[in-house]
Amino acid sequence: MVSTSSFPERASFPIFINNEWHESKSGKKFATYNPSTLEKICEVEEGDKPDVDKAVEAAQAAFQRGSPWRRLDALSRGRLLHQLADLVERDRAVLATLETMDSGKPFLHAFFIDLEGCIKTLRYFAGWADKIQGRTIPTDDNVVCFTRHEPVGVCGAITPWNFPLLMLVWKLAPALCCGNTVVVKPAEQTPLTALYLGSLIKEVGFPPGVVNIVPGFGPTAGAAISSHPQISKIAFTGSTEVGKLVKEAASRSNLKRVTLELGGKNPCIVCADADLDLAVECAHQGVFFNQGQCCTAASRVFVEEQVYADFVRRSVEYAKKRPVGDPFDVRTEQGPQIDQKQFNKILDLIDSGKEEGAKLECGGSAMEDRGLFIKPTVFSEVTDTMRIAREEIFGPVQPILKFKSIEEVIKRANSLEYGLTAAVFTKNLDKALKLASALEAGTVWINCYNAIYAQAPFGGFKMSGNGRELGEYALTEYTEVKTVTIKLDDKNP
Amino acid sequence: MERPLQPESGPRKLGNSSVSGRRGTTSGARSFGEEDFLGKTARGTLQKITKNNFTMENHKTRNGSSAKICCVALDTVPYQGAESEMSSSQPDIPAPLTNLKFQYTKIFINNEWHDSVSGKKFPVFNPATEEKLCEVEEGDKEDVNKAVAAARQAFQLGSPWRTMDASERGRLLYKLADLVERDRLILATMESMNGGKLFSNAYLMDLGGCLKTLRYCAGWADKIQGRTIPSDGNFFTYTRHEPVGVCGQILPWNFPLLMFLWKIAPALSCGNTVVVKPAEQTPLSALHVATLIKEAGFPPGVVNIVPGYGPTAGAAISSHMDIDKVAFTGSTEVGKLIKEAAGKSNLKRVTLELGGKSPFIVFADADLETALEVTHQALFYHQGQCCVAASRLFVEESIYDEFVRRSVERAKKYVLGNPLTPGVSQGPQIDKEQYEKILDLIESGKKEGAKLECGGGPWGNKGYFIQPTVFSNVSDEMRIAKEEIFGPVQQIMKFKSLDDVIKRANNTTYGLSAGIFTKDLDKAITVSAALQSGTVWVNCYSVVSPQCPFGGFKMSGNGREMGEYGFHEYTEVKTVTVKISQKNS
Repeated sequence: MVSTSSFPERASFPIFINNEWHESKSGKKFATYNPSTLEKICEVEEGDKPDVDKAVEAAQAAFQRGSPWRRLDALSRGRLLHQLADLVERDRAVLATLETMDSGKPFLHAFFIDLEGCIKTLRYFAGWADKIQGRTIPTDDNVVCFTRHEPVGVCGAITPWNFPLLMLVWKLAPALCCGNTVVVKPAEQTPLTALYLGSLIKEVGFPPGVVNIVPGFGPTAGAAISSHPQISKIAFTGSTEVGKLVKEAASRSNLKRVTLELGGKNPCIVCADADLDLAVECAHQGVFFNQGQCCTAASRVFVEEQVYADFVRRSVEYAKKRPVGDPFDVRTEQGPQIDQKQFNKILDLIDSGKEEGAKLECGGSAMEDRGLFIKPTVFSEVTDTMRIAREEIFGPVQPILKFKSIEEVIKRANSLEYGLTAAVFTKNLDKALKLASALEAGTVWINCYNAIYAQAPFGGFKMSGNGRELGEYALTEYTEVKTVTIKLDDKNP
Repeated sequence: MERPLQPESGPRKLGNSSVSGRRGTTSGARSFGEEDFLGKTARGTLQKITKNNFTMENHKTRNGSSAKICCVALDTVPYQGAESEMSSSQPDIPAPLTNLKFQYTKIFINNEWHDSVSGKKFPVFNPATEEKLCEVEEGDKEDVNKAVAAARQAFQLGSPWRTMDASERGRLLYKLADLVERDRLILATMESMNGGKLFSNAYLMDLGGCLKTLRYCAGWADKIQGRTIPSDGNFFTYTRHEPVGVCGQILPWNFPLLMFLWKIAPALSCGNTVVVKPAEQTPLSALHVATLIKEAGFPPGVVNIVPGYGPTAGAAISSHMDIDKVAFTGSTEVGKLIKEAAGKSNLKRVTLELGGKSPFIVFADADLETALEVTHQALFYHQGQCCVAASRLFVEESIYDEFVRRSVERAKKYVLGNPLTPGVSQGPQIDKEQYEKILDLIESGKKEGAKLECGGGPWGNKGYFIQPTVFSNVSDEMRIAKEEIFGPVQQIMKFKSLDDVIKRANNTTYGLSAGIFTKDLDKAITVSAALQSGTVWVNCYSVVSPQCPFGGFKMSGNGREMGEYGFHEYTEVKTVTVKISQKNS
């Protein structure tokens, strides 16, 4: 078992501004815990508005015309990102360990999935830096017209606790590749890997002020970022509820550009003609991965009537076998939930499922004597009106619903305000393409799940978000287009 | 490709190869500074944790040493600006190697070294001394056939190369860049000895360009995107951008390694396999890089290199029935033969980068100081052996006499000699044939009535050296104003009006590049639009960077290399249309 005792109480993790380490202006600190053991890992300097102001000032200075960062060749920006990827790869075990301690996710997942994603995302955007091309435009009249794709400026980023480092890199990599500077607030539950990344950013040689990291809480540091008049763009990943606040604050302050990656209640549609082995396993991993704490969680599984009973039976078998325990144990697939608040919310939703008449197939309660661990839970006979079929659970709970026809399932799948992802399991080409076009979701996976790649855009329809991250599409969120038109002298030929 | 000249920095001493800058050395384990927040405490714990649980404390990163381009400068230069920062992080030029061995002299097929089928070899020389450096296996049709078979095999559906992730292809190219950087001194020395190229140029410009090219193309690998198309009717249509297949690539001798990478990097990034014939004068650096290709981990057969001559190995490539595309850089004369052979054989795709007779137009309002240096370098760089050489310099009447006088002063400053020797500013021409051709053109200039201002003949007792030569009072119909010279011979012509100079500049079958010097915005834009040329440089010249497409109008070439445009030449577009029951927007 992990011992955290050798982290000295006094070694609080500081704020990262201008490539230097700072204490909070208020002198306040907050503790970050290991959700597996509920022990305190260490204290972290608690950033608030004055610290955000300091960070923004640094980011603005780094973004001044004529600054080293603004004058750097685009290819060199890419090179810095590549070198950052090299350092993340070098310190992969350290970062994965920190991530597991701070978030409770299984170490092997942290090492192989989170860190792999970080490295690939950094390398992918490294390659874009010198490929963000403007255009020359055949306008009417005797003028020359061209566009410049310029960085937006100082970008705020507020990141979640479920994939702490990966979600940060999703924001950082495109922002830096386009030439922006950044002020980041990591989630208060999981600030450690972000701060460690700060040390790597410095080691690689990004100029001071290009990346600034202010740990703190949403209503204070987060609010300061979203309403800051000198921040030109904000990217947020988190709940839909907070996403609305962020966009509201952005509008009230300076109309900063906003991208949001929010909640989901993602339909996973299993047709009778599907490869059932594959569908059962994907749906299982789709909802239980990362303790169910994924915005992409497959938390509404629609199964065609003919195969429903079989699907439920096999899903329950899977869920019962899921190893829950110490995330540092290599056999563990499921660790603790992130904190008491989430834990309580999940148990409350499980109770609502029981009360509203869904059939509890397995799980349905916390692990005995074990802090924040919840048993993998499967509900069958779930109907669309139940809370567990409508609300985001963010826990290890699989609600399985029944459907009869394709038109019906399309309507039901689309009936919520969310629209992040959807999945379809079928062998039929026409059905697959029909569902792919009919589903109101930013991503549709066919015969796979959580197939997320740095190359492919990711984001939500409807209230699951605004804008896209990853892929070439992400670049448009981090650039302003400037149209330059030059009138020519009509006397020249 | 050639030396970038940017006026704001005046006559640049050592170019601006920012990417290839100094590398920091970092040990495999991270060394924590005192101010590091994890300090001695947390780090120890973390390592213990990892050790106890997973024994990963020895977790190796792929790059034990992480290159740092500007951190060194960041620590020492108080942030004066990125440019000074980047240029100050440029490597000091080391001394060339004195004991270079030419280890790799065979044919490279399937990641293995082969003797030529015929058993023949050919000699490779140092043009500065006329001494033989080594002998190289001479590839011919049979060897090309072997190489094509290997390349075809590596391109089979289901092969390791075809099933590799695009991002992994990019990783391999990135690794190759790191290896080229590691062997930079070897390669620069080789390029200088075999190509007669000034060592400092080889080290900074050629090798710097090589590294940028590889890293730029590496980034494209997973960004070559097809599209989904809103076709009419109940159909779903998408495009796949697929590699073309086996690509033949025939290289020139003026930038041997850089042109090698200009060809293979985009081809490999797109997923093709290649059969390369380096120029017979300069096959050595490409063969050295072959070992690095193997070391980086490219599967066998992906890159194959067959040294040999144009009429034999080159012809075998251009007329091969199983090569899908051929790319050639060289003379217009040979380019025509290649396209003809491609047409007669299997209609393989063709891209050509050929000759030029590039105009450089200097208006009276230009910054004269800068214009003089830039126009001078635009012609004399690498002994004039550049396809973009600005060998028709048009100067506006009112400044003509002064411009000529000062150009001559500048040309007289050269120190000729062995290009490995520090302080030497001009090396030899590549070989006897070129040497004689240039001298013949100089004679024609004298005979046809141009005024010889300086130079005009050979230099020294051995090696193919030619004196820097300037002609004034050159008129458009003289041979030196029409034919590509590919030597250190500058033609300065006079012009009066804008209309007139545009017409004269375009009055050639070539259209590779052009230069303009003016401070007038309108003139700059108008003349750039009017010139029939694949590249126009305004107040600079030879600014070639991997992000920008490069290629010729008219008989200077077909297609473009580098930039996103260059990637179109290495992909086939496949349109896939699927009938569906009902379309929705």
